[in-house]
Amino acid sequence: MSDTPKHTGRASQEQITYANMLFYGCWGGLALMALTYLLYVTGIVTPHVPLEKVPLLWSQPVGTYLELGKVPHGWGWTVLIAKGDFLNFLGIVLLAGMTILCYIPLIPAFLKRGEKGFALMALAEILVLLFAASGIVGGGAH
Amino acid sequence: MKMDRLSLPAKIALFVLSGVLLFAVAALASGTEAVTGAAAEAGAEMAKAAVQLGADTGVAWWVWPTVLLFFCFVLGIIAVLAGVGGGVLYVPLVSGFFPFHLDFVRGAGLMVALAGALAAGPGLLKRNFASLRLALPVALIASTCAIFGAFLGMALPTNVVQLCLGVTIMGIAILLLTSKNTAHPVVAKQDALSMALGMDGAYNDPSTGELVQWKTHRTLPGLLLFIVIGVMAGMFGLGAGWANVPVLNLLMGAPLKVAVGTSKFLLSITDTSAAWVYLNKGCVIPLMAIPSIIGLMLGSFVGVRLLAKAKPTFIRYMVIGVLLFAGGKALLKGLGV
Repeated sequence: MSDTPKHTGRASQEQITYANMLFYGCWGGLALMALTYLLYVTGIVTPHVPLEKVPLLWSQPVGTYLELGKVPHGWGWTVLIAKGDFLNFLGIVLLAGMTILCYIPLIPAFLKRGEKGFALMALAEILVLLFAASGIVGGGAH
Repeated sequence: MKMDRLSLPAKIALFVLSGVLLFAVAALASGTEAVTGAAAEAGAEMAKAAVQLGADTGVAWWVWPTVLLFFCFVLGIIAVLAGVGGGVLYVPLVSGFFPFHLDFVRGAGLMVALAGALAAGPGLLKRNFASLRLALPVALIASTCAIFGAFLGMALPTNVVQLCLGVTIMGIAILLLTSKNTAHPVVAKQDALSMALGMDGAYNDPSTGELVQWKTHRTLPGLLLFIVIGVMAGMFGLGAGWANVPVLNLLMGAPLKVAVGTSKFLLSITDTSAAWVYLNKGCVIPLMAIPSIIGLMLGSFVGVRLLAKAKPTFIRYMVIGVLLFAGGKALLKGLGV
């Protein structure tokens, strides 16, 4: 492990790459979120759950919301992407997926420097986040 | 003179917050009367739903998201001035004063914390205030545990989660009140694990112009504590900056700026894993989650500008008071009082 780059006070190259990816992904996600929300609340894109019905459901446990709103869980929302409410998930998913994307270039960067341990750690993190994103494991919802 | 300057933005923030809270309480109170009318006008399916659902808020669909947008804007300002994450204020206050079920508040709370952490990440990484080397092992532990925490939170009865949330929030308030973070902790000797993981580095401090070298110690106990922090972050949807900073700073010996920066960056990873669980469970309702995120982000920008001019320590005490109140409210809710 070389001491040279990390003690100059300057960020390492992989850290800069991570930061740049995060910057564009995050602000892109937020802009997308704002845009899709406007399309949703102005009624330009019709929602799956009518806007008037949402306040009846959001005070209830998630199980009731899914059942009465006929809302799919997991990745089921992808089939409803043309609906105003689920269109919003594009920005949300981009935000939630940015860390996974940012971690990918870390693996070759660490391998190139011979830091297999950190490369493995980055890979493990990607797998953990993909596992969470997959929705494979279910838990009891209220 | 100085105090006048310091208190003006805080007074405005407090005034707006009080107005929003009053409006929220009034809307909540008026809602129960309007339920009957709403149900009567609804179609067959809606009527059935209304019977099953009981009382709704009775106000137009756009009212709560609008209130939430302004509420979160103010919350964003206060969170920055008080030096806490948005999620830790968002969950207890929104679950206490808004008509949303805790499931959705936690889902939105995680998205709020995540968006804030993602937005702060690039600047912190580039300035080397967030260390990728310090964050990587910690994030792996915390994000794995956050998944378990999220499942645990979803599986436990709401009143139990409320109860635990109340205790945690009050604990956070006490932690904020008592912990005395150190700008540059003395680390006499870097331990073996820290050396193996390369948990050291340097950053240029713009306030002094010095190059600050740092290294960590007590790495193993620190990493073990992140198991607990990860579970709590996932379980309550709080974000976990309140716990990350003391562990990184006081226990592991990272300088305060590195601890704060790395903690914020860590949240972007830890909260991602928990956010996916809540997202997959259907706990993110865009109508309420997106105004929360946007409001808090805008508030944070304003807060950062105000922070450059002032150091309103009394806001910190006010936040501690609000947390104690909100924690107590969650505790009572959990006890069914």
